[in-house]
Amino acid sequence: MSLKKEADEGITFDTFMEGVWRQNPVFVMVLGMCPTLAVTVSAVNAVSMGVATLFVLVSSCLLVSLIRNLVPKEVRIATYIVIIATFVTLVDYIIQAVSLSLYEALGAFIQLIVVNCIILGRAEAHASKNPPLKAVINAMGMGIGFTIGLLALGATREILGAGKLFGFSLFGEHFQPWVVMVLPPGGFFVLGGWLLLFSHMRSRSEKGAAHE
Amino acid sequence: MSKHRIELRAAPHQHSGHSVPTIMRNVVYSLLPICGFSVWQYGLSALALLLTVTATCLATERLLNRNANTLGDWSAVITGILLGLTLPPAFPLWMAIVAGFVAIAIGKAMFGGLGHNPFNPALVGRAFVQAAFPVAITTWVPAFSANRFSEFVPTTFTAPLMIPPDIVDWVKQQGVDAFTGATPLARWKFENVTASAHDLLTGTVTASAGETSALLILLCGAYLAIRKFMDWRIPVAVLGSAALTAWAFQLYDPTHYPTPLFVLLSGGLMIGAIYMATDMATSPVTPVGVWIYGVIIGVMTVIIRYFGGLTEGVMYAILLGNALTPLIDRYTQPRVYGTGNKEQP
Repeated sequence: MSLKKEADEGITFDTFMEGVWRQNPVFVMVLGMCPTLAVTVSAVNAVSMGVATLFVLVSSCLLVSLIRNLVPKEVRIATYIVIIATFVTLVDYIIQAVSLSLYEALGAFIQLIVVNCIILGRAEAHASKNPPLKAVINAMGMGIGFTIGLLALGATREILGAGKLFGFSLFGEHFQPWVVMVLPPGGFFVLGGWLLLFSHMRSRSEKGAAHE
Repeated sequence: MSKHRIELRAAPHQHSGHSVPTIMRNVVYSLLPICGFSVWQYGLSALALLLTVTATCLATERLLNRNANTLGDWSAVITGILLGLTLPPAFPLWMAIVAGFVAIAIGKAMFGGLGHNPFNPALVGRAFVQAAFPVAITTWVPAFSANRFSEFVPTTFTAPLMIPPDIVDWVKQQGVDAFTGATPLARWKFENVTASAHDLLTGTVTASAGETSALLILLCGAYLAIRKFMDWRIPVAVLGSAALTAWAFQLYDPTHYPTPLFVLLSGGLMIGAIYMATDMATSPVTPVGVWIYGVIIGVMTVIIRYFGGLTEGVMYAILLGNALTPLIDRYTQPRVYGTGNKEQP
């Protein structure tokens, strides 16, 4: 009964913005950290990874939502995984065909989109309980939020680690690269810095709301 | 009336009479001769480096603790001076500012301030710049160059975010004979040349700003140990175990491995053992634990020096020891009086 009720709720702007801001997968839910830390050494890699995840997320959520009343509860996770894996294989081949160098840079992390908890989480928590349009809009917001998160990390690490942004040199040829930023510890430092900024902003807005 | 009175409160009941600021202030005093020697040896660049790092640490401490003024406990000064002493004298100042900020912000403030930091803040700062700027942190300048009080090393005032200039030509102009640009440890590792104990004791070798004169550091450490501002067992354990390990290696192959004396006096082992391993917040508190901690650091230092990719291992050995401190404390808790008696049923 509750499923029916939720499905009847209308699509609001928040359906989309939930993933972009309030429940941002990287900065608020801290999900999908494996690709977040591993592929964000440059802005290009980060955006490619974000878009690939966005595609898989939207397509899987659409399909999951369409068949939500057909799948028995006991086998739903297996079904979701099969659906997600199908789209990941698609993305894998598409990236390989479009740009081999990008494919090599992202490495195993394209295949690992399968186990990205954002996708399974959205399929389970949202798409399986909502009509297709709403599920797609929500998945789109989540995917864009994830891409923004990856871009924030990738841009910071590329600017400090190589003095470039999207491959364009920012500081001239005498720039001293911060080697640590393109190494794994740099990923943790930058992620920690962004998380700090977001939790600081959140606590300030909560304080502001309490004062009013 | 007797001055003894009974107070009912939780342990500990015995107070040494020293407050944190007192201890920290005395550590700073004991560091001043080392700083003075460093400045005398390397001139204006070392002075600018030490002042910049300390000022950055103080500013960061102030900035990140806006509700409580924690500058008064002197701990940020110690972090700044120690960090400055572990950097090469001609380290670019903008990188030194990064190091100072990371030391206080990530090394200490992030964990909740003094006493809550699991790692020595100065070493966190140094480890960060070691990973970020591997070339600049291994660029050494000759000690006692003629113009050291009239001009800066060109790398000191590198523009922010830029690569420091090449100083090979500058070093040649200084009229220094046979400057190799390598520390005694690097020369041992790559050329199998060991420096004499006399040079190492008096500090006439190429090194970081403050790790040069082993003799001076020992004297300053002795002052702290005598005034009981420092646990003497930690440096003794670190230096003793390092010497024993080095001695064992030398017995095994005297042609390849250096003497224990060289191991003790070269690099940052002396300043690390006396000033960094003894950091109260990051070392164990139990009597047995202190020895275990010291031995781990000493042995790890020698192993990293001999078999690692880097020439110096003190920094990582101490950070490793810091990481093990909670575990050591946990397993070496002394028996509480009146408990754990085997005789009891």
